Amino acid sequence: MKIYATLLVFIFMAFSVVSPLSAKETGYLFISSEKDHIVTVLDSKSLKKVTDIKTAERPRGMEFNPDYSLLYVACGDGDSIDVIDVEKLEVIDSLDVGEDPERFDLSPDGKLLYVSNEDDGLLTAFDLTSKKIIAQVEVGEEPEGVLATPDGKTVYVASEVANLVHVIDTQSWELRANILVGNRPRRFALTPDGQELWVSNELGGSVSLIDTETNEVNNEIVFEPKGFRKDDITPVGMTMTRNGKTAYVTLGRANHVAVVDVASREVEDYVLVGRRAWGLTLSRDEETLYVTNGLSDDMSIVDTASLKVRQSVPVGRVPYTVVLDD
Amino acid sequence: MLSLSTAYCDEKTLVIGYLELEDDSRYIEERMDARYQAQPWGRPYAGAEVAIKESRFSGSAAGVKFELKRQSVSARGALEPAVKSFNEQGIQLILLDLPADDVSALAKATRDMNVLLFNIGATDNTLRQQQCQPHLMHTAPSDAMLTDALGQFLVSRKWREVLVLKGPKPGDSALLESLEGSAKRFGLELMDAREFVLGRDPRNRSQNNISLLTANEDYDAVIVLDSEGEFARSVPYQTQKPRPVAGSAGLVPDWWHWSFDRFGAPQLNGRFTKHAERPMTGYDWAAWIAVKTIVEAVVRTSSSDFNKLVDYMRGPDIVLDGFKGKRLSYRSWDNQLRQPILLTTYNWVIDSAPFDGFLHTTNNLDTLGADQKDSACAFSKN
Repeated sequence: MKIYATLLVFIFMAFSVVSPLSAKETGYLFISSEKDHIVTVLDSKSLKKVTDIKTAERPRGMEFNPDYSLLYVACGDGDSIDVIDVEKLEVIDSLDVGEDPERFDLSPDGKLLYVSNEDDGLLTAFDLTSKKIIAQVEVGEEPEGVLATPDGKTVYVASEVANLVHVIDTQSWELRANILVGNRPRRFALTPDGQELWVSNELGGSVSLIDTETNEVNNEIVFEPKGFRKDDITPVGMTMTRNGKTAYVTLGRANHVAVVDVASREVEDYVLVGRRAWGLTLSRDEETLYVTNGLSDDMSIVDTASLKVRQSVPVGRVPYTVVLDD
Repeated sequence: MLSLSTAYCDEKTLVIGYLELEDDSRYIEERMDARYQAQPWGRPYAGAEVAIKESRFSGSAAGVKFELKRQSVSARGALEPAVKSFNEQGIQLILLDLPADDVSALAKATRDMNVLLFNIGATDNTLRQQQCQPHLMHTAPSDAMLTDALGQFLVSRKWREVLVLKGPKPGDSALLESLEGSAKRFGLELMDAREFVLGRDPRNRSQNNISLLTANEDYDAVIVLDSEGEFARSVPYQTQKPRPVAGSAGLVPDWWHWSFDRFGAPQLNGRFTKHAERPMTGYDWAAWIAVKTIVEAVVRTSSSDFNKLVDYMRGPDIVLDGFKGKRLSYRSWDNQLRQPILLTTYNWVIDSAPFDGFLHTTNNLDTLGADQKDSACAFSKN
């Protein structure tokens, strides 16, 4: 496969680059709003708004650095990844990672950003130390979900148009494999043992399970919440508990979150949330699940023990990702 | 088997045919410049090219490289020989960008050939009804799907009483027939259907003056039926009463729009504009989705066997992503691609049909156009 740009020599630094003050657990929820160009900050205890942080245009994917002192925000129309200081609650930097960044993942050491550039069909590797792009790999049209493995050797990228999961080697920047999955693959989840990669197929209405040893799809989970037709079941967001027992999958237009027993692949329950549920995150104690509803401009707060919505709170227009600093 | 020649590495090449007329009145410069709503703004070949570009990765994962072979013929009589020649070269999957009469005649003449044709531009109902053919697929919607979408919209707004203005061309009469069917299906009341003519002759003003054409009646909306678009574009804001205009101008049912901003549409529009240097229309989309259909069938069946591909494309398992938010597939009874229809203005998509409340027992997309029980298509007879 063609590799764009130059491959700069990797210099592994013995120390962390931006080593900020150790983060304090603020207990704040951060919700990106695609249409308002803000990240809304809520106190997770009171659910009161703390502030709105203005970002570049169309903030979508978000992720903390390893010590939670910084929050990276992909701003698609702003062509940047903005960096929010979690303590100051303001944008302190804006990274030029190529056009139209949609989603990204951090390398396990927090030194590299792997970014999907939706318009150009590229996966960009961005060095946070030198603030330079170190590699760009051509992938299928409209790359979306990005996942870096904990061993740092592999990055997975999903192409919505080609219906492929690309397996990229982070040493050579070559495509190790292209795996055909369901229609319009969106996001990833990796089991804690690293053996199984889950990818949500938005139009296929399913999740494909990939064996990471063989790079083959070995199973598929299909969702059938009552009262919805196949057409309306559009799985997108996924997260797993730390013990790898339970997965939560947002079902988009079906307005539910599916609760999946990972071992048996059985869907245990469907929880009714708001309209077009996409983003989700678990609290550290895994007792609470936060779900953003893109077409009802709110966030559902789900009690994971009873699987009931405890409350729903209004947030910005077209809320996309939610993350929690606890 | 399709002609699969080994290209490089172990990739094989699958060639898709594309047939068009050199002289086609739909593409004369004057009409291209006018950019009428829901009319082509250029040859849709560009749409097929964008789909070929998109197929690189999924094709290479399946070991297949897709290519287009474009054939422009100067005379109608050369159409059938062109399909024969394609067939002799092993090209069995062919996109047709032709007016309805030519699609009909060509499909009839090639019925016994081992080819699958995709009608990417002609919306006439009869092609899906009396003139349907088992080897003729339709990626452009039928007129009935378009008028049904408009009918659903007007009924859901409770704008039920409609004044119709219709042109003198056979295509305009076909649109009226289609609209009458939609009116009956969804409960629109067509107050009157008045025939317009293009021109400024004062002796004919009752037919060329829009104020006069829209007088002496009360109505909720005006629907103008103009298969070419030149008259229709001047109807909005010229009506006797302050009423919305829909149909061939104003609020227009269309199957793609350059301003559509959901379901990944901006990305597709961006790729198309970059490639063709003009906005994407429904005709371009229809060419694009025809190629996507072929790619999807090859990738999912891991096969190049013609019959296997045709069965998959026409079968119930195919899931096509048309960037309109629904799973698209072909209707078994008339080979029509089921798809949402957009209600569009000059620069925006107001809404997308089918609308809430219009339900179907199996697939709500089948509330648009001829359903199985209404279909006059009999593949075995034509």
